[in-house]
Amino acid sequence: MQIELIVNDKSVTWDIEKDEFLADTLRAHGFLSVKKACDTSCCGLCTVWMDGKPVLSCSILSMRAHGKKITTIEGVAQAAEEFAHILTAEGAEQCGFCSPGFIMNVLAMKNELDNPTEDEIIHYLTGNLCRCTGYMGQLRAVKTYLGVA
Amino acid sequence: MQEVSLRNVGHSIPKIDGLSIAMGKPAYTEDLAMPQALVLKILRSPHAFAKIISIDTSKAELVEGVECILTYKDVPKERFTLAGQSYPEPSPYDRLILENVVRYVGDEVAIIAAVDEKTALKAMKLINVEYEVLEPVLDFEKAIGHPSVVHFEEDLTCNFDIGLHKEQNIVSSHEQAVGDVEKVLKDCEFIVEDVYYPQAQAHAMMETYRSFTYQDHMGRLVVVSSTQVPFHIKRQLARALQIPAAKIRVIKPRIGGGFGGKQTGAGDVFAALVTLRTGKPAMIIYDRQETFSCTTSRHAMRIKVRLGADADGFIRAIDLEVLSDTGAYGEHASTVLSCVGEYTLPLYNKTKAVRIRGNAVYTNKMPAGAFRGYGATQGTFALESAVNKLAERLAIDPTEIRLKNISQKGETFLTGHGVQLGSTALDRCIKKGREMVGWKEKFPRQTMSGAKIRGVGMAITMQGSGIANIGTASAEIRLTDDGNFALLIGATDMGTGCDTILSQMAAEVLEVPLDKIYVSAGDTDTSPFDPGSYASSTTYLAGTAVIKAAEELKGKILAQGAKFLGVSKEDVIFEELSVRRIGGEGEISLAKIAEQTILGMGNLQLAAMATHGSQISPPPYVAGFAEVEVDVETGKVDLIDYVAVVDCGTMINPNLARIQAEGGIVQGIGMALFEEVRYSNLGKMETNTFMQYKIPCRQDVGNVRIAFEESYEPSGPFGAKSIGEVVANTPSPAIVNAVYNAVGVQVHHLPVTPEKVFLEMLKQQ
Ligand code: FES
Ligand code: FES
Repeated sequence: MQIELIVNDKSVTWDIEKDEFLADTLRAHGFLSVKKACDTSCCGLCTVWMDGKPVLSCSILSMRAHGKKITTIEGVAQAAEEFAHILTAEGAEQCGFCSPGFIMNVLAMKNELDNPTEDEIIHYLTGNLCRCTGYMGQLRAVKTYLGVA
Repeated sequence: MQEVSLRNVGHSIPKIDGLSIAMGKPAYTEDLAMPQALVLKILRSPHAFAKIISIDTSKAELVEGVECILTYKDVPKERFTLAGQSYPEPSPYDRLILENVVRYVGDEVAIIAAVDEKTALKAMKLINVEYEVLEPVLDFEKAIGHPSVVHFEEDLTCNFDIGLHKEQNIVSSHEQAVGDVEKVLKDCEFIVEDVYYPQAQAHAMMETYRSFTYQDHMGRLVVVSSTQVPFHIKRQLARALQIPAAKIRVIKPRIGGGFGGKQTGAGDVFAALVTLRTGKPAMIIYDRQETFSCTTSRHAMRIKVRLGADADGFIRAIDLEVLSDTGAYGEHASTVLSCVGEYTLPLYNKTKAVRIRGNAVYTNKMPAGAFRGYGATQGTFALESAVNKLAERLAIDPTEIRLKNISQKGETFLTGHGVQLGSTALDRCIKKGREMVGWKEKFPRQTMSGAKIRGVGMAITMQGSGIANIGTASAEIRLTDDGNFALLIGATDMGTGCDTILSQMAAEVLEVPLDKIYVSAGDTDTSPFDPGSYASSTTYLAGTAVIKAAEELKGKILAQGAKFLGVSKEDVIFEELSVRRIGGEGEISLAKIAEQTILGMGNLQLAAMATHGSQISPPPYVAGFAEVEVDVETGKVDLIDYVAVVDCGTMINPNLARIQAEGGIVQGIGMALFEEVRYSNLGKMETNTFMQYKIPCRQDVGNVRIAFEESYEPSGPFGAKSIGEVVANTPSPAIVNAVYNAVGVQVHHLPVTPEKVFLEMLKQQ
């Protein structure tokens, strides 16, 4: 089947299978920032935005993206890079495999929450697993980025 | 201590690949695979132990889009090991690529290669296998002498004697003793005896195992693999596939975490076999379930500890008896077993006798393998738990008993063959840690409001830096035609940042800015040999190799510059990217030297190469302190605070050292509180998704605080030691101790679950 959608501000028409998931469709079309690390919607690595809200692209059927606006990190490169610089200054991207999904959720949080407390930050980002860094460096980076203590 | 001020070393420089990978640039194995690559799926055994009576692939082969289906009939008959270790590997050659015997649920039965995943899965369903099911060995404490023999085949071999008795299911036996432990124990006033069970832990790196293979223009096999050990994979494939190593090239791109898991081969051999058979590119990606249940885990162990101390609180005897569950294949069995003692016994050197003995046994479960900490993690849990118990028995503060007994700089220890300890700041680590955590006020417990009690606990640990007399690393640096430097290393950055810190060291020695150095690493065709990133080797061994190469190259540049200036080498210095005459006129820039040596009539590209191995493996140290809050109504344990103070020698890059430490501590916290590989009573792994196998998420880790107490290791690059593994070891014993101090429950079987704590509390009442 065919879907029409907007990916990173460009209209596209894609041929997909009915049982295909968005993460795979995006990767198949070259959006290789989208990573997957589980089969059970547990890790958050596949996070992209659908109509501006973070979603797990591994568990959204691609046909559900018909008529929607999808954003990957490539589509918000400037804002993402601003945060990525802070993240790397902390050394908090180790293997980096979890970073794109994490960054997409951090940017979404920034849009959504005003002056979040530490608990709110941790709560918002808790679905983004990272096995390398132990989370502390990511938290330092997020706080610096948001300018909260 | 280092006196000159350093421009690169010691600075928290962001990783040179950091921004790209954070932004999701295509850099990992799957990103690099050709789109037309065949997709591989593996048919796996549903039985823990069985013989294949018949296997019929005829229907499956008819499915359109299936390229080939391979079974045990299609593979070379030479046994090999997946363990990525230096030749001669101390792991037994006990596997075939596919075999007519399956030894655990998930063992490989057939390889299906097809145009896409769907087709491969469809074909898989059409393969008919008839098994003769055998009685499996599931309880590792009953493995020795079990009526079932996991490896009964005649052609299993070892490179040397590791104490293998396969008819008894013993992969490896180990004994090391200095002094007469029994006699010394008899003379001790205080004796502590206990048994501990560190569990199997899953690496759970975010990027699952994957490999992409193709044949290049010369028909050579190219393997792009998410591995920590490209050179070992090359040798392993040559043996398994029975082709010359010269026909294989292994490339390691960016990899999404390893933690030792990727020191053992996984899907490479299957993809490689398909490419050799079909001549086509092939790709295998293990899904999360396969990654959990068909690769390796940490070795589960039973460790009996006996400690003896005299009336003054000096530990005089340590005796460890280990039983290690290596699962269906013996990857890393003998070495993980010996490392239990190797990285624990030297901690305390007021001893008069020490001993470790034990066996690693085969069972019909997923193989165990290398995992950050490599036996030291398990040994530390046991020894440090026993030391905490001893402290209580002696009524000495746990921090004081350590300060009294630990090995100091310049001292020797019983198992150390007379080698003196070159550096340690462990005493400072302990003192700093107890101050940071508020030990004096908080030890042993504080009653909080409600039904909550808080306790603090601690542990210390060490590891090595590289493998003495075995590990080597090489580095090559070239002055390139554009006046920059190419740094060629075999070390494999897996997120740890070694490409960056090795560049920092090269830049420091060459006295050039970091951006003049570009790194090419992890390609067996172009990199000089390096065993790979494991055994906490990279900073210490590869770092020294880089320094040696850089020093040599710098000498050559000075000599060449002097020659161009028409003066002797002694009359020039290197300054601001130029070779200058001391106190006189005349200079020549690096760019000019490059141009005039490489281009035109120079005929001399300046380069230097160095290899480094070490006769010693200097230990880094950590003192870890946990503060927990136990809910006495439910047994729930919350980690409030974890303080780890680390001595890794000089920090080459403080930020990266800190992140390594934080990540290792949190992985250790996972082991202490949540993580456990569990099997059904038929031997099927029950914890094969993130739903059943819980790794720490952001909300679970409380506050992790790291501090450093630097020492200066004379044999290390700029005084550095390792950091990658040592950080994983303290959380289990420290947290278990904190729970004990809070509510009097001593947990012997990790992890510390609310059920265990609650049931024990009930028993006490
Ligand atoms: S891949 Fe794990 S949540 Fe999407
Ligand atoms: S940086 Fe490796 S998983 Fe997060």
